[in-house]
Parts: sequence; structure tokens; C-alpha cells
Amino acid sequence: MHLDPFIVSRIQFAFTVAFHIIFPAFTIGLGSYLAVLEGLWLVTRRAVFRNLYLFWVKVFALAFGMGVVSGVVMSYQFGTNWSVFAVKTGSVLGPLLGYEVLTAFFLEASFLGIMLFGWKRVGPGLHYTATCFVAGGTLFSAFWILSANSWMQTPAGYALENGRYIAVDWLKVIFNPSFPSRFAHMVTAAYLTTGMTVLGASGLLALRGRATAESRTMQRMAIGLVAILAPLQLLIGHESGKVAHEYQPTKVAAMEGWWETGRQPTILIGWPDDRTETTRVLLQTPKGFGSWVVAGDAQAELKGLKAWPKADRPPTLIPFWAFRFMVGLGLLMIGVGLGGAALWATGRLDRSKLFQWAALLSGPSGFGAVICGWMATEVGRQPYVVFGLLRTADAVSPVAAGAVQASLAGFMGVYAIVFSAGVLYICRLLVVGPQPSETEPGDDAMPVRRMLASKLEQGA
Amino acid sequence: MTLDLPLIWAGILATAVLLYVLLDGFDLGVGALFALATPEERDVMTASIAPVWDGNETWLVLGGGGLFAAFPLAYAVVMPAFYLPIMLMLGALIFRGVAFEFRAHGRRSGRRFWTFAFSAGSIVAAVSQGFVLGGFVQGITVRNQAFAGGPLDWLTPFSCLTALSLTLGYALLGSCWLIAKAEGDLQLKARRWAKRLTLAVAVCMALVSIATLSVNPAVTARWGVSMHHIDGSKLLPLSPAPVLGGLALAWLYLSAGRETTTYAPYASAAAAFLAGYLGLAFSIAPYVAPYQLTLWDCAAKDNALALMLVGVVIMLPVILGYTAFVYWIFRGKAKAEHGYH
Repeated sequence: MHLDPFIVSRIQFAFTVAFHIIFPAFTIGLGSYLAVLEGLWLVTRRAVFRNLYLFWVKVFALAFGMGVVSGVVMSYQFGTNWSVFAVKTGSVLGPLLGYEVLTAFFLEASFLGIMLFGWKRVGPGLHYTATCFVAGGTLFSAFWILSANSWMQTPAGYALENGRYIAVDWLKVIFNPSFPSRFAHMVTAAYLTTGMTVLGASGLLALRGRATAESRTMQRMAIGLVAILAPLQLLIGHESGKVAHEYQPTKVAAMEGWWETGRQPTILIGWPDDRTETTRVLLQTPKGFGSWVVAGDAQAELKGLKAWPKADRPPTLIPFWAFRFMVGLGLLMIGVGLGGAALWATGRLDRSKLFQWAALLSGPSGFGAVICGWMATEVGRQPYVVFGLLRTADAVSPVAAGAVQASLAGFMGVYAIVFSAGVLYICRLLVVGPQPSETEPGDDAMPVRRMLASKLEQGA
Repeated sequence: MTLDLPLIWAGILATAVLLYVLLDGFDLGVGALFALATPEERDVMTASIAPVWDGNETWLVLGGGGLFAAFPLAYAVVMPAFYLPIMLMLGALIFRGVAFEFRAHGRRSGRRFWTFAFSAGSIVAAVSQGFVLGGFVQGITVRNQAFAGGPLDWLTPFSCLTALSLTLGYALLGSCWLIAKAEGDLQLKARRWAKRLTLAVAVCMALVSIATLSVNPAVTARWGVSMHHIDGSKLLPLSPAPVLGGLALAWLYLSAGRETTTYAPYASAAAAFLAGYLGLAFSIAPYVAPYQLTLWDCAAKDNALALMLVGVVIMLPVILGYTAFVYWIFRGKAKAEHGYH
């Protein structure tokens, strides 16, 4: 197989952005959760909230660190690997990313120091402010990056000048057609990802007979969140799909596996094949159901992929299956959330082994859904990097194939090490779980552990 | 009167890069000095930078993101030209960034590995930035408004010299930071490191200055200095930069040795960096992709620059304010127990 810089750059971008999104997806939700926990601690003065805060902030620190370093990579890759994209869209997308740095990155990075190391140095009010700023920073960051990415999906408010795109209406650029629904979809996804992780951690502790007042509290908080947000997410996602159908019909056709134009079914299980231009169907609804879901009218004649020239179609297999996995995981979350709520309401939550297993096993489902959703939407945008305007193949940098292959191999090696270690350390924390007397960072118990750690490093 | 927005943006980005070098420089330098410290001292060293390193590194994101936003063409030419050193830098920054947290979680071998990763990552990041700096000053091959050189164009004796110089310079900033934040033996060690590094950096800055004059004729002409002739009318107005650099290093050497000083060595090191930075800026301006594309060739559309300028005018003072506030919160001597959970 011939690996030219274009293919390798695409693999590298997909790999690094998929790795990166895992951490923001977690920290956006966890940041808000920490703000809620600290707020509850300050208002109620119940130790359980303080302990939960001090426990989850350790997990947050690990995940945030990995998110920061993998995010720096992204801000350089537009230039190193996609320089033509950078030149052509810089005057439109540049300010959005600039505002992300100015309003979000500095805020998060600066107040993270107080959040992690300032528990004893500043008063509770200021510490809580720092937590809220970090949580707010993660949301601002999501706002700008989703705005930029949505502009690449549904460009608006622009004009072409000397071969480059410029903005003619900034509000239309920022609030482009797909932005509101996609921003809501992503933030809800992040909250669900965190909720499912917290739920999974509480399930693990319950199954190991290590449940504490803290772990029971966090399980109930997580159930409340998931039971409300998971069904809501289905509606938000549906709205996002309707926008995509209006502005990016090729993407929706690929996700649905539609080739022919007509009243469309919803294919539940199948195998789309770009070569034969057909989808082998194993299970599908009657015709018209798909038209009703996507266009709200069972009689609507919707275009299949054959309505567009081959060169303008996205590949189908990844959008088709990534979309199904995402929806499947979303339905799983609805089931776990509503099931948990029912058990909670009837007082059987802590006794239900089955539910605790379900909670544990579905713990990572949010991460899976986020990655699948992004794969569906980004591959579905192909063959364009800016939908309808700039083809991905025309956006690549004039770099040597060998250099990109070397960097891709490097990233895979580095991320394999960093990811394994990070997951190991997070799992070690989760296995122990929040304790009734979480130590405050920077107190007198610390030097002993410190010195011990130093000794370990010296010896052996 | 209309504003020269590209010029203003060049000033903003130059300031961001300078702040990056002065701030992340000291925490990379502290990492580079890890190899010379005992395990107990390393805990104090990380505690002295743990609350602030993330904010420091954000100036690098502003530098990269700002270049994309304000000078998309320069971003599109410069990034591919330095593809390999930039990727190397990013990989190194990943290792040393996660090592802050991971060191505290690792047990025996894990902890040793992340200690090594933190130190090696800091050094490799500094070296890669030095390669980019050297390659930038040498100039970039541009045809049809795109990078048209080879993947290893940046690798020359000159860029090796700048890589060594920048790494030693960061280590100097790091040792000066430790003079301010450490006590006892570690502070004494830091003073010794700072004095030796001052001498090394003085030699490096002199060599880089001379080499810069010969690396490109455009720079020689700008400074009015060549092997055969010195043009005083050109050199004299630019001479404050090297003079400031020399004085700052001399003051640094003296103040690092005196036992009463705290922040004075860091301030003098910063002044020396400022001098070197201004010298390079004089040599290169107004090119943002030397020596083909000027800042006006590469600027984004005016309405994009104006929109971002509004953001900068409002947000930059706020950012500088809360950055200073965070440094103030964590003022005073660092202790190992201030560090990780």
C-alpha cells in the first residue's frame, strides 16, 4: 500500500484528535461536577461532598493534564499537516480559535493551579471561584471549538476573496446553522460521559463491598443526571441529525446507508459497500420510516448517495457503523439511567447486584459514544474538510511522506505509553474510591508520603 | 487614521512568544536541571513550578494559535518547514506535561520512569525549540507562497548552536527561579548552577550573535557589520541590545553569588533574554517567514484582525492580571509538601 503524506496526515489527525477528545469529553463534565460538589459542600457543610470533591479532583488532575498536552498538538497540526487549509480558512477560523485561547485556555490553566494546590492557601470562597472558572473554561473552550468545527460542517457568513475565505458576518460564522445543536449535543455528551464514569466507579465499589456514604451519594447523583440527560440527548441528537440532513445530505445518506432515492427505510443492521453501491440489509424498518425520522414525513422522497457524483460522496462504512454504535450506546445509557432511577425510587438500589454490574460495565460507554459520534460526523463530512468548499485532498501540507510517517509512529508510541499509564493511575484511584476522610492537599500528612516516595526512587 | 493591524498583531505575537520564553523557559529549565538534583530536591523543584507550568505553556498555544489567526500564510509556511522539530517538541511536551501528575502516582519503577520523562522531555522540548529558532533565523525556502524546502533544511551547525544556547538559557532561567523559590542546600546549588550557566550563556550569545551576522546577507546589511567593514551609522542605533545583554549577564553573575538575593538573578536573566530577543527581532523584522514573506504579506483579513484585537484588548489585561494573582498566591518558598496529593 502506498502511504502518501495525505493518507498518513489523515490517519495522524484522526488518531491524535480521537485521543484528545477522550479527555475534554471527561473534564468538561467532571469540571462542572466538581463545581456542584464544592458548592454543595460550602452550603451544606456535609463532609460527604468535601470528600467527593477531594477524591474526584485527583482524577480531574490526571485527565486534565492529558487533555492539555494532547490539545497543544492540535493547535500546531493545522499548520504542520494542513497548511493549505490554514491559509484558506485562517481569516475565518483563526479568530474563533484565538478567542478559545483568550477566553478559555488561560482561564483553565491559571486557575487549575489554585484548584489543585490552593486548598490550604486561599479561602473557601476563592477556591470555589477557581473551581467555577476552570469548569467555565472547559465550557467556553467547547463553545469555540464546536463553533469552528461546525463552520467546517455548515459554513456560513463567508465570502471568497483571492482564493481565500473571509468573514462577511461574524455572527453568522460563529452561530452557523449546525452550531447550536452540535454544541448542545457535545456538552450533553460530555456530561453523560462523566455521569456514566461516576456511575461505573460507584458500581465497582458496591460490587467489591467497599461502598461508602460517599460512593452511594455519587451513584445517586450520577443516576439523576443520566436519567434526565440521556433521554434528552436522544432529542438533541435527533435535532442535530435534522440539521445535517438539511445542510449535509450526503453525510446523512452515508450514515443511513441509503443509495437509491425514494421513501427511505431505517436500516438497523446492514453492511454498506461503496464498490457495489448497495447496502446488504439484515434488518430494517418498512419504507417511509427513515423518511419520517429524518424529514418528519413518511411520504418524503429522500436522496440516496447515487444522486451525487462519486467524487462528492463520503465513504459509507465508518459513518454507518459509528452512528449505530453511538445510538446503541445512547440507548444503553437511557436504560441504565431510567433503571437506576426506578430502583432508587423503590428503595432497592443498593441491593441490586444486577444494576451494579450494569453500572460498572456501562461505565466507559460515554467515551465510546463520543468517539463514534465524532467519527460519524467527521468521516461523513468527507471528501471535504470544509463542507462543499474545500476538499481534504487539496488541504494538505507540502511535507515529506517520511516525515509524516515518522511523526505518526512517534505519536502512536508516545500516546500508547501516556494513555496506558494515565488509565492505570485513574483506575488505581477508582478502585480505592472516595474515603470518609479524604486528605486535604498540602497538609501535614504529606511530607511523610513524599519522603517515602523519594526513598523509593533512590533505592531499589 | 487607520491602524496598521498586521503590525499591531506582530507586536502582540512577539510579546506572547517573549512571555512564553521567560515563563515556560524557567519551568523547562527546572526540568532540565533534574538530573543534577537529589530525589528530595526534585520534589521541591516540581512543587515550585507545579501550580504555574500549565499557564506558562498556554503562551505557546497563543503563539501557535495566534500565528494561525493573525498570519495564516506564515503559519502555513513555517509549520511544514519545521515539521520534525515541532513534532519532536510536541512529543516531549506531552511526556513532561503528564509527568507532573504521573510522578506523584507512580510507584517504584513508574516514578523513576516519569522522573526521567520529565527531565528528558524538558530538555528535548528546549532543544527542539532551539532548532526551530535557528532554522527561522537562517531563513525558509518559499515558492508560490508555500514551503518548498526539504524536511531537514533546519538542521545546520548554526541551528545546533541555537539549540544548545536555548537549552542552556532555559536551564539558566530555571536555576534563577530556584534561587528565588528554594532554600538551604538546593538554593546554594542553584546559585552555583546559575553562575556556571551565566558564563556558558554569555559565550553562546556571543557566538550566536556573530553567527547570525554571517548566516544571511540581509541580516549583515541590517546591522552594518561584515568582515571587512563596520558601518557605525547602522550599528550604533542597534547597539543597546548587545550592551543590555552584556550588562544583564554581568549583573546576573554577581547577584547569583550573593546570598541575600532572591528574584534579582531571575530578573537579570530575563533582561538578558530580552536583549537577545530584541537583537533577533531587529535582525528578522519585518519578515514572519524569513526572508521571503513579510508580516503584511501574511496577514489575515483586516476584519479578522480587528475582531481578535477587541478580544486581546479586553482579555489580555485580565489574563495578565489573574496570572500575576496566581503567582502571588503561590509566592514564597516552595516545599515538597506543597506539591502533589
